[in-house]
Amino acid sequence: MGNASTRRAGTLRRRPRAGWLRAGNVLPAVAALTALFLVLAALVPGWLAPADPLAIDPVAAFRGPSGAHWLGTDESGRDIYSRIVHGARPSLLIGAAATALGLGLALLLGLAAGLGGRWLDAGVGRIVEVLLALPGLLLALVFIALAGPGVATTIVAVGLSTAPGYARIIRTQVRALRTSPMIEAARVLGHSPARILARHLLPNALGPVLVLATLGIGQAVVWASALSFLGLGEAPPAPEWGAMLAAGRTYLGFAWWMTFFPGLAIVATAASSTVLGRSLQRRAVGA
Amino acid sequence: MSAAPLLRVDGLDVGFGGTPVVQDVSLYIGRGECLALVGESGSGKSVTARALLGLAGRGSRVAVRTLDFDGTNLSGAGQRAWRRLRGSRIGLVLQDALVSLDPLRTVGREIDDALRLHTALSPAERAAKVAGLLESMGLAAADAGRRAGELSGGMRQRALIAAAMALDPDLLIADEPTTALDAEAQAQVLDLLAGLRAGGSSLLLISHDLAVVSAVADRVAIMRGGRILEQGPTDQVLTSPEHEYTRMLLRAVPAGRPRGTRLSAPTGRSDARPHAPDAKLLDSSPSIGGPVLEARNLVRAFPVPGGGILHAADDVSLRVEAGRTLGLVGASGSGKSTTARILLGLDVPASGTVKLFGEPWVPLPEASRRPRRTRLGAIYQDPLSSFDPRRRVGAILADALAAATTGGAPEGAHDPAGLLQLVGLEPALAGRHPSTLSGGQRQRVAIARALAPGPRVLICDEPVSALDVSVQAQILDLLDDLQARLGLGYLFISHDLAVVRHVSDRLAVMRDGRIVESGPTEQVFAEPRHEYTRALLAASPTLATDTSD
Amino acid sequence: MADTALLGSSGGGFPRPGGTAVVPRAGRWRGAGFWLVRRIGSAVFVLWAVATLIFLAIRLIPGDPAEAIMGGPGSQASAAALEAARAEYGLDEPLWVQYLSQLGRLATGDLGTSYALKVPVVQLLADQLPGTLGLAVGAWVLAWILALGLALWSGLGGRGAAVVGSALEIAAASVPHFWLGSVLVLLFSTAWGWLPPVSNGSAAGLVMPVVTLALPLAGFLGQVMRESMLTAMNSPFALSAHARGESESGVVLRHALRHAALPGVALSGWALGSLVSGAVVVESIFARPGLGRSLLQAVTLRDVPLVTGVALVSALAYVVVMAVSELAERAIDPRTRDR
Repeated sequence: MGNASTRRAGTLRRRPRAGWLRAGNVLPAVAALTALFLVLAALVPGWLAPADPLAIDPVAAFRGPSGAHWLGTDESGRDIYSRIVHGARPSLLIGAAATALGLGLALLLGLAAGLGGRWLDAGVGRIVEVLLALPGLLLALVFIALAGPGVATTIVAVGLSTAPGYARIIRTQVRALRTSPMIEAARVLGHSPARILARHLLPNALGPVLVLATLGIGQAVVWASALSFLGLGEAPPAPEWGAMLAAGRTYLGFAWWMTFFPGLAIVATAASSTVLGRSLQRRAVGA
Repeated sequence: MSAAPLLRVDGLDVGFGGTPVVQDVSLYIGRGECLALVGESGSGKSVTARALLGLAGRGSRVAVRTLDFDGTNLSGAGQRAWRRLRGSRIGLVLQDALVSLDPLRTVGREIDDALRLHTALSPAERAAKVAGLLESMGLAAADAGRRAGELSGGMRQRALIAAAMALDPDLLIADEPTTALDAEAQAQVLDLLAGLRAGGSSLLLISHDLAVVSAVADRVAIMRGGRILEQGPTDQVLTSPEHEYTRMLLRAVPAGRPRGTRLSAPTGRSDARPHAPDAKLLDSSPSIGGPVLEARNLVRAFPVPGGGILHAADDVSLRVEAGRTLGLVGASGSGKSTTARILLGLDVPASGTVKLFGEPWVPLPEASRRPRRTRLGAIYQDPLSSFDPRRRVGAILADALAAATTGGAPEGAHDPAGLLQLVGLEPALAGRHPSTLSGGQRQRVAIARALAPGPRVLICDEPVSALDVSVQAQILDLLDDLQARLGLGYLFISHDLAVVRHVSDRLAVMRDGRIVESGPTEQVFAEPRHEYTRALLAASPTLATDTSD
Repeated sequence: MADTALLGSSGGGFPRPGGTAVVPRAGRWRGAGFWLVRRIGSAVFVLWAVATLIFLAIRLIPGDPAEAIMGGPGSQASAAALEAARAEYGLDEPLWVQYLSQLGRLATGDLGTSYALKVPVVQLLADQLPGTLGLAVGAWVLAWILALGLALWSGLGGRGAAVVGSALEIAAASVPHFWLGSVLVLLFSTAWGWLPPVSNGSAAGLVMPVVTLALPLAGFLGQVMRESMLTAMNSPFALSAHARGESESGVVLRHALRHAALPGVALSGWALGSLVSGAVVVESIFARPGLGRSLLQAVTLRDVPLVTGVALVSALAYVVVMAVSELAERAIDPRTRDR
């Protein structure tokens, strides 16, 4: 009966029909273009920015944005635009690797808790609760305090700190699926547990993980660059966004572009990953 | 009926984004009169009702020649004028109070809203009025402090009516007010509505249920595709309908239709022609009437949050026979679904046994049960949620066919296309996603999937509860055909007495986890022995019309 | 943020009993006592686990704590000095003795002595906590105001407002604290000179740190709140309210706002995490004394007792916030009571 009610209630107020002004259309398109640019920058930075990101030109130091240097130059005269384009690779790599690590760990924990018995679920639940009690950056900082700064540490630190949140979502997803009418229908048909797991449960549980990965990669980039900004990640001469931003802060008073544009790159990455992730999510729900 | 009607509507059109949903609707409601607006989902009846409150919704375009309420022309009324009328002179009651009352606010505050908005009463006076209203609806004054989720279905529906009736509006619009309720709660609410009319209020009843309509309405308007097809006095429309669609609707009502009569039109679909029993299949199965699924003394209880125990199954015994249907009827929460879950081996009883074809079935380790699962199938109320959302119809059926081990799918249905034809669907539907199908098509796909492994018994849990009457009729006829052709035994679970009576050979009445009465269907209906059965029969409205085809 | 959005409800099939059970009023007090005991037990467990985790991690990862005591890995401390430091901090004892004595000290509220500053950690934390607390609470309040404001605006403002609101929220949620802080300094201090670039303790000095910390959180909260508000406004109970003569703004204020607040309350624990993480960055950008900045210094100097102390304080705050938000959720929404 509940279904009859929701079905009829659905026609109460119709959603506005498609129009040109719709968040569902414009934002994902912009986000997809941004993501395409970032991926290109990471794969073939030379195409987008032919200049050498490390080339020093002391005469041209602290130049503002101009035709020669679109986004200006830094204290050593290096071209900011080239550095941002070349910075896409390390930033995205760290973000992707950290997300992969975090999701991998979360899959392990989430599937164990979701598929295992009550004790395993309770045990994993405790572990996740403890990890959640140490908020993201704090967990990362504790880890860096113990393991020392560096790129590898950044990846592990960010991965570790994002894992508990993902694990909780995956666990809930798997638990809900396990008792869903869909899985019960498969059981009633007489399918074996292995077949149900492989053909129904895992594919449906992993769909949302893809969404999570898309949503998460932007945040991972922000986190990793935050660590670089704090001087605990990638070291300054390398073209990494957080490190560039930190270096620029010293000259904030007269060379704002050194801080502004690398930050904009981070914002663009995070925002496009959020928008893309959400539209994936919406598509998955509305399918 | 006085000369000047309370409400007169002429030429109402409502459209959403260029798509007309209501077209040229004209109706009137006299003082103290009840008009029923009858139609299936998508007929535009709810939109019509909302437009009469100026609440057709965002993005709607409403045009009307005349909209006259008690001598006031409302066709060009502004929001301010509408707000003065809503709640004070026109009230609205929606279907499901669980979602139609704000789950985060107390019932008392919801009822108080109309008083606060339309009167100058002090808070203390309003509180006293709310308490009085609740008591007049058969609730306790203390219920004002509770929220919709803390009340039973019937109680919160009455609270919702109390909120709509707080200021004794001249007109009450009730949109499927009893659809979400059990027979008993439905009877209470219908009594309440009758009482309100006795007090002089007019009622616009929106419903798909002709039995309810015949019990309450003075006049009936039949809607389809946004238009009113015919309207007139209830007796006249229901006994000598003019329009073919009305006749079809009436024919589809299972109430008072003996077992075996067809509810849907005999033409159109390929499955509708009667099949001769599949001799080969019948040979290998127990003869008609032989026991196939037998449950003995099943007991299952659940702890209730906050303390206490819910006896979902308390010494339940029942028997499903080959080629026959056992109906299991009861209110929601009576333990029907728990029983079904135990029979399907999805839940374990505290005690009791189930036998399938005379062999042990429950309790048994799942591994030794699995090879024989192909003999037992199930269909559900909401087929969509039982489909893997990642798959199309063809893949869903192929997956089910893969489960078939021995015996296998019915004759001519060894592939998805054949299965689709078996249930009266076009093979081309295999490429569609279930979410793009209509409710009736989804349920047909669910039946096809259940039949794929070649089961001998089907457990049908409220399989038509979410469907429109005409679609319900088609599905019930399909189930009948399949039973005749394949010799299937059905356990048919429903809260709807009329449906169960129409489909069942034998009937079991369930209440609070116990089977209080069972026997041949017509005998139970003719001579109910248990007082609960009698109450249930008295509470369920019947359609008193000529049932001859 | 995706936590709430991804939880699809599963309807249909064979319903299980107890779905919309009527909750009896009796027994709620017994339930409350049980709830409190369970909460305290889980808090003690979390604190113990955090302490143990950090203790184990320190021993598992190579590196001599004594070196950190003597001024970090680069120090040229003599073997004798290292030996003395080990003796002073009990590092020469067997591992399990160290562990037990550390737990014993923690149980009495003794968090040890900072390696770098040679001051009891408890005292350091007590000095730094108020600054961070003020910052976090200020940012939390501001974030709620902004998020609810955005949700209200896009609820009442129609389609255009919804698009702009959604874009604003995503932008805010994507902005890293360190960039936002820098841009604010650039505008309000360097360019216009309205506000001090360094948080010097004055009220004006608190504005930019609070805004920097609040905006990204407001973006996240705004997204879930708006979604929840729009769902409420399209629900049958909103239609019922309209049919009682309630105005659009009345429906928003009396009904939808509460529904919008619910996911915000449920995400409190997560919001605290975001605030603590953000405080580390914000305090360092605005040179503002506080727990975050102490933590950063402690991390750079590998001052293990101080890092442990901050972690424990943060975990304690998390546990408390979770308990309070659960209580708040129960007060707002009776449906969560029988979970």
